[in-house]
Amino acid sequence: MDHPFAITLDPNTGRDNLTGAWRTKRPIYGSRLPPCNNACPAGHDVQKWLYWAEEGNYRKAWEVMMENNPLPAVHGRVCYHPCEDACNRGQLDETVSIHAVERFLGDLANREGWVVPCRPDSGKKAMVVGSGPSGLSCAYHLRRMGHAVTVYEAMPRLGGMLRYGIPAYRLPRDVLDQEIDRLAKMGIAFRVNERIDGVTEMLEWNQFDAVFLAIGAHKSKHVNIPAREAGKIIDAIGFLRDASDSPDAAQARIGRRVAIYGGGNTAMDAARTAMRLGAQETVIIYRRDQKKMPAHVSELNEALEEGVRVQWLSTIKEMSEEDIEIELMELDDKGFPQPTGKFEKVKADTLILALGQDSESDFLRGVPGVKVGKDGVVEVDENMMTGFKGLFAGGDMVPSNRTAAIAVGHGKKAARCIDAYLHGASYEPAPKRQLAAFDRLNTWYYTDAPKSVQPVLNQLRRLENFDETTGGLDETNALYEARRCLSCGNCLACDNCYGVCPDNAIAKLGSGRFEIKLDYCKGCGICVTECPCGCMEMVREPE
Amino acid sequence: MTEQVKFYQTGTFTVGNRLLEEARRTVQSLMTRANSLNSGHRACQGCGEALGARYAIDTAVRETDGKMAIVNATGCLEVFSTPYPQSSWQVPWLHSLFGNAPAVASGMAAAAKVMGKDVRVIAQGGDGSTVDIGFGCLSGMFERNDDVLYICYDNEAYMNTGVQRSGSTPPRATTATTQGVGEQPGNKFGTGKSVPRIAMAHGIPYVATASVADLRDLERKVARAMTFSGARYLHVHVPCPLGWGSDPANTLQVARLAIESGLFPLFEAEHGRVTGRRRIRKRVPVDDYLKLQKRFAHLFGPRGDPAAVARIQSIADANIVEYQLDDIEPLSVLRL
Repeated sequence: MDHPFAITLDPNTGRDNLTGAWRTKRPIYGSRLPPCNNACPAGHDVQKWLYWAEEGNYRKAWEVMMENNPLPAVHGRVCYHPCEDACNRGQLDETVSIHAVERFLGDLANREGWVVPCRPDSGKKAMVVGSGPSGLSCAYHLRRMGHAVTVYEAMPRLGGMLRYGIPAYRLPRDVLDQEIDRLAKMGIAFRVNERIDGVTEMLEWNQFDAVFLAIGAHKSKHVNIPAREAGKIIDAIGFLRDASDSPDAAQARIGRRVAIYGGGNTAMDAARTAMRLGAQETVIIYRRDQKKMPAHVSELNEALEEGVRVQWLSTIKEMSEEDIEIELMELDDKGFPQPTGKFEKVKADTLILALGQDSESDFLRGVPGVKVGKDGVVEVDENMMTGFKGLFAGGDMVPSNRTAAIAVGHGKKAARCIDAYLHGASYEPAPKRQLAAFDRLNTWYYTDAPKSVQPVLNQLRRLENFDETTGGLDETNALYEARRCLSCGNCLACDNCYGVCPDNAIAKLGSGRFEIKLDYCKGCGICVTECPCGCMEMVREPE
Repeated sequence: MTEQVKFYQTGTFTVGNRLLEEARRTVQSLMTRANSLNSGHRACQGCGEALGARYAIDTAVRETDGKMAIVNATGCLEVFSTPYPQSSWQVPWLHSLFGNAPAVASGMAAAAKVMGKDVRVIAQGGDGSTVDIGFGCLSGMFERNDDVLYICYDNEAYMNTGVQRSGSTPPRATTATTQGVGEQPGNKFGTGKSVPRIAMAHGIPYVATASVADLRDLERKVARAMTFSGARYLHVHVPCPLGWGSDPANTLQVARLAIESGLFPLFEAEHGRVTGRRRIRKRVPVDDYLKLQKRFAHLFGPRGDPAAVARIQSIADANIVEYQLDDIEPLSVLRL
């Protein structure tokens, strides 16, 4: 080596020393299943669309969201957001208000008139019976896949329980209309006022290649309550339907003191609707206690805020013109209510029954292979198909917990199975990623940030009308809220791995991509420890 | 409601952050960073010193536009980066002896001045060459106010020769020469030797402590140091997985807990007076820091020494009072 005076070593000649040979384990990048995604019945990849929302790229965020749910503006309002119950940030400070960002993006898309592209026509025709969340979801996904879809609806207007079950103060009708409009623009044909009875004929006559049934569960369950005088007993579903269609007619059906029998979300909706239609007193009568109540706690709280009273642990014995006789109950060790023999009277002139609903699936009895169970519920296999070939079913009419998100999830899954069926294949779900659990995060790196609060309509104003009770976020706080996402298990391009490597053994490639330089990586694992979101892990060096 | 969003998910805690504007990202997040100490060096897995050196020198390269030279004292950093005939440095770099780096750097700075060359000089070494062996030369360099930035990478013992005690080894840490035996195992509780405070006593323009666990703070301090001419001193805390008995993957975690417990206070001083401190973000007891290191293992367990842990805690508590490290005002105000 020929060097000037006092110079002995050339720069960067250490590169010849490939320290990667020291390694026994190597870091790898991966993608894990965030708990929000894991918890969503509709399979929303929440983390993925929040990633784009964080950058202010709302269009891209909305597009990613639309891969799973055709109704974000609706769901941002009515979904009970199990994603947030699962959110890892809840263990740090407060959960991310996912539904509020979803709603912001959904409303923005409706304002901007964004539409979703469809694949070229496949030549296959599908029929969807029922235009509730499940039917709309299935129709949407099938249409995106390029199939011709016609939706049949028995009622005069579209939306199923979204329109006839959920009151307008939770879901303004113009929001629902805009979402359905977008589906129509995609080329889905809608036929209202058409009750379908002979579905199998449709298949047999080759009018359609596949049928998805999503007729919901609209028939209120009844109990026999002796009513001596002409006390008014009405059913909750009919009452809510009237309140949606013609509030005056609904108002005429109730008196001044209204009792609601049942403890589900429908009971809450009926009680809050009665308050808005002029009832002076509204009491919910439920046979068990608050812990056992099936209604969502947020619905119960909002009802209580609006002045609804709840009579826990009570069953109705008898109704007269002015009051209802109730028997007090107590829970046995198994949590079942048992009569105590003590009776009380509750003042009420109207009784609304909200004891659950059956599916009106009688028309399917006798169809070969189709099994109709208790409450009119129809059995389906793991591909959402009934025993009759080409006849699929989902939503409230199949066994499930009956929420809008579950219905949308059914619709999506059914669409994928129907698509596979139409191509003569069977649907293979993508393998589930490993869960991105909280203990994988390095939470030190996240900035402290309390949750955004959505504006709430004043109590007094609420009882005057059906205006939406909960407001949306504006752009500033929606962006803030999106950025509260911890990006669990998925790279957020923070450059930590690139920065913290003592051996400069990670290459930054740009556009959020990184690569381990295996020639030099000694396998110390600092990059994995310092990864905030836990998307990296150490694996054994291959033999 | 038109207030600007000032929240960036991980804010300024991570190395980069795609949501931050370019100007607010670190040197280390750039694809164009100098990598002054490059791949292929022979430091152990998870070496804090190798990382600290790249952090500091890359920043100095940016601040001087590459017009700089390094004098390196003997020690791990020198040995692992330049085994003959290779060098992992991509900047002008010189090694002479263990104890004379500050003096060589003084001479280099003087020569550059005489020759009219616009070259800044940085001297660097471990705690052995700084706190012990080169201390006299260092004090002379300070007292003459020579135009040199001296960076000490403090890993709290002579690691290169096999983990022998130095003047910077903390009390009760076991080393090859302060073994975990006897009634009071490990290093003695002494008075300690804070070279940053000694440097401040010289009244030199700039003195700061930094840590590999806070990159942004470190980069800012190097940049600040380069704005002064005269003697400057930066003391960087760099965990040594081998000597401390910590998991190589936990190097930054260990360094972070030293800050967050108050055992390693981050502060800066100009002309002998403290001008800033990095407040503790999430305070932890010293146990959290000590337990990650085998050199303190004898303090815990059934035959542990809670009194010694309490005494170490009192050192941390005293630091918190002395440097006002408690989170009185929100950290973001200080950092953004």
